[in-house]
Amino acid sequence: MNEWVFIAVGLLLLIAALLALYRIIRGPSILDRMIASDMLLTTIICALGAEMVYNGHTRSLPAMLVLATTAFLGSVVVARYVSRRTNS
Amino acid sequence: MTLDTILDVLTGVFLLLGGFLSAAAGVGLLRFPDAIARLHATTKPQILGLTFVLLAIALQNRQLSTILLLVFLLIFQMITAPVSAHMIARAGYRGGIIGPNSLLVDELEQAIDAAPEFDDAETEGADDPAATADATEESSDDAASDDPAAGADHTAQPTNVPTTRNPLDTDDTSSRNG
Repeated sequence: MNEWVFIAVGLLLLIAALLALYRIIRGPSILDRMIASDMLLTTIICALGAEMVYNGHTRSLPAMLVLATTAFLGSVVVARYVSRRTNS
Repeated sequence: MTLDTILDVLTGVFLLLGGFLSAAAGVGLLRFPDAIARLHATTKPQILGLTFVLLAIALQNRQLSTILLLVFLLIFQMITAPVSAHMIARAGYRGGIIGPNSLLVDELEQAIDAAPEFDDAETEGADDPAATADATEESSDDAASDDPAAGADHTAQPTNVPTTRNPLDTDDTSSRNG
């Protein structure tokens, strides 16, 4: 397959990850940081999948499955913390 | 030969679509003004971008075990991604981060106002983040001025305000924990 396709996909995922990292650093509230961290985790899952397509193996599939299953736990815990902190 | 080239082209197109959705969500995360608008932007590639990448993997690796694992992965992501988005939006609304400044029509506030008051802790906890900071102070002052008139003889008002607030918090957290 053409190499430039994978270079373009890598550049797009790199742009997404860098923008998410910028929002994690500069986010005005903790919710923005959690949204950006979810976005960064999704970008990591997509990058693992693109790397598997490029190298033609399936060894990263369990890591992708575990990441997709447990990605919501951090957001839920931080959301509960935000609710209690601002109510009291 | 031709089938392989067609599948390679489809794989490249799906990978490019997934990468484009991720990059568009990153741009939305950078440019959108509010937390709820950023949430709207970033929840798109969590399902659709991942679906494109998984389709690319399935086209390159056409085995039953791989495709079954990809289907499980997509189902788990479709179950868990709305949970995190819902919890973040709920915490933002209740915590006052998603306030009246970022909402044109606040249908939840209308529903809360129209609902009958069958549970004190639920309505008070839902009313607090909907109003502004000044309004919450006024409502707490109202509660502090209402309670000595309605209830029995208590001590002074500054000790009465935490006693009216603390049972709300304990009720709220216990109901969420349980």
